[in-house]
Amino acid sequence: MLLRHTPKEITERTALTVNPAKTCQPIGAMYAALGIHNCLPHSHGSQGCCAYHRSTLTRHYKEPVMAGTSSFTEGASVFGGQANLLQAIDNIFTIYEPDVIAVHTTCLSETIGDDIVQIAAKAKDDGKVPTGKYVIHANTPSYAGSHVTGFANMTKAMVDYFAQSTGRREDVVNIVPGYVEPCDMREIRRLANEMGVRTILFPDTSNVLNGPQTGRYQMFPNGGVTIEELIKTGDSRATIALGRLASGPAARALDGKCKVPCEILDLPIGLRQTDLFVDALRKIAGVNVPDSINIERGQLLDVMTDMHQYFYGKKVGLVGDPDQLIALTDFLVSIDMQPIHIVTGTPGKKFEQRIREITAAVPHAVNVRVGGDMLLFHQWVKNQPVDLLIGNTYLKYIARDEDIPLVRFGFPILDRVGHSYLPTVGYRGGLRLLEKILDALLDRMDRDAPEERFELVM
Amino acid sequence: MRKVAIYGKGGIGKSTTTQNTVAGLAEMGKKVMVVGCDPKADSTRLLLGGLSQNTVLDTLREEGEDVELEDIRKVGFKGVICVESGGPEPGVGCAGRGIITSINLLEQLGAYASSEELDYAFYDVLGDVVCGGFAMPIREGKAQEIYIVVSGEMMAMYAANNICKGIVKFAEAGGVRLGGIICNSRKVDNEQAMIEAFAKKLGTQMIHFVPRDNMVQRAEINRKTVIEYDPEHSQADEYRTLAKKIEENEMHVIPKPMHTDELEKLLIQHGIAN
Repeated sequence: MLLRHTPKEITERTALTVNPAKTCQPIGAMYAALGIHNCLPHSHGSQGCCAYHRSTLTRHYKEPVMAGTSSFTEGASVFGGQANLLQAIDNIFTIYEPDVIAVHTTCLSETIGDDIVQIAAKAKDDGKVPTGKYVIHANTPSYAGSHVTGFANMTKAMVDYFAQSTGRREDVVNIVPGYVEPCDMREIRRLANEMGVRTILFPDTSNVLNGPQTGRYQMFPNGGVTIEELIKTGDSRATIALGRLASGPAARALDGKCKVPCEILDLPIGLRQTDLFVDALRKIAGVNVPDSINIERGQLLDVMTDMHQYFYGKKVGLVGDPDQLIALTDFLVSIDMQPIHIVTGTPGKKFEQRIREITAAVPHAVNVRVGGDMLLFHQWVKNQPVDLLIGNTYLKYIARDEDIPLVRFGFPILDRVGHSYLPTVGYRGGLRLLEKILDALLDRMDRDAPEERFELVM
Repeated sequence: MRKVAIYGKGGIGKSTTTQNTVAGLAEMGKKVMVVGCDPKADSTRLLLGGLSQNTVLDTLREEGEDVELEDIRKVGFKGVICVESGGPEPGVGCAGRGIITSINLLEQLGAYASSEELDYAFYDVLGDVVCGGFAMPIREGKAQEIYIVVSGEMMAMYAANNICKGIVKFAEAGGVRLGGIICNSRKVDNEQAMIEAFAKKLGTQMIHFVPRDNMVQRAEINRKTVIEYDPEHSQADEYRTLAKKIEENEMHVIPKPMHTDELEKLLIQHGIAN
């Protein structure tokens, strides 16, 4: 009972957050930057920030995560970090030779007000940025937003720094996949390829943070969107952004900068949201949906109907990031599950309204909290128990104390593997989610069933 | 040792008043240290006969953490020990953090140790820092006594009133008290009476009225305090009087800052608005 001090009675708190349901902006910025080929993320701040952000990503992906830091000292915080960043840019291009340094700021450098654009321009003037190499940046103070905001800011920076319009329209669709796993990005591209649509996917962390063990270390793995591709995004026919919060800003920036029209969708989690994604691709690219995809869709639909009795009426508690929660809640409601406690730590006004719309038909009161924490979530669960928890690893404490099965989903997952290799988006991803949910629910039924009701066939 | 912090609106004459007063205290045989908390590093210019060369933060930046007390202290007029925090150039970095870093370093290095046998430590704080660095000299265990420099100009009084709000916050938590208001005259109509009333409203005293005199500028051009430049001049006596009043001051209060409309009313009553 590690959380035995959590009181059942809920008191309104105004200042204190206990076990937040979000993490730092730079983590998202670092993750997005790793989705550029030959890019070294750089943390403009103290060393501790960078160490924490790298280790959180490493613990989630089980891969080494490389990033530089400006190594602020007392002096840098007083005089500003310009000297440190200039030196870092010089060192990084000399020693590690990436194509891009993607600088993100920290709370400290934001508070003292370092101007990264000016410092990067000075680095260029001083000849510290070799020809054909780039320094890009995103402002990522962690006292605003969350890791999702950081991801969105760095993804938008890719547009701001690289996208160019030549005036010629290419028959290519940009896809901004959102803050999803490397395998999800690959799955999104696979669906588009299967439909015969040419795409530029950015950022793209597949083969970067889920690469194979080859016995040979590569500081910059083979994956990632290239600079050439990022430049060409300005000539694409359209952009599909998946996840309003994580991908919307980049897609809108591309529309504003290069007049590439964008369609902003929810993440393609579950049948309906994947339908919407596939349909959008079909319309924009003017293609037909091939049978191979129809078969995948039919398989997902088959499992949804075959096992409906086990989903029906089951109460679920969800903790996670807004883009994921919106699509997931939609999926769960569509199979007649009842998501009744929903918490995200990431601020944003539209989230609650969206969830209310999606859960309008749920025959139960639904608790939603934006900027909520896991203490509140736990209290809700104590007051109104659920059959299943879905969320990141931090939920395991509540799952254990309350003896509720947990499906790990979202960020971070620190104690299991699979999430970076096996997607949860698309029809196949939907199938995997259902498999995980069923495993958890049916294992629990088997454990708890009295002997006379212990079933061989389920 | 008494630790004194001087606050006031930017450009009001804090550094000039502080250095001239300190010169008066030094003349009385007191051992004084002046800590300039201003990135411009001009708080000890008159005592040293020129700008101090090594600020604490420059030294820290150049030599790393391994700073010796002697690297950053200079001895000026009549044995006054001068220290300049220094800080970033305008527009970059964090001046407030600079003050915090600098004062912490001085403490670590033992600048305030009893073996130094100081009678006074003066903090001359720049008027425009509005973050936590502003309060560093008055946090617990640092300056216990504050003097605010004002003139009869409305914005100077407005700033002084705001500073009092800051003092109240730290007075309740720590032990800092307001010792009085120093009027550095700008020859505003009815100035002395108005500042006396202003001080009374704040629950404190106008400890001294320093008249305006061009001698101050002349001494300043020559990089000297008035007491050093022209010891016989009447203005030198004004600073000697102020030094004596501070030495003998026993009125240490938690100020009662005014609402803005109250302050404006006071200005109207004393004729400035006419």
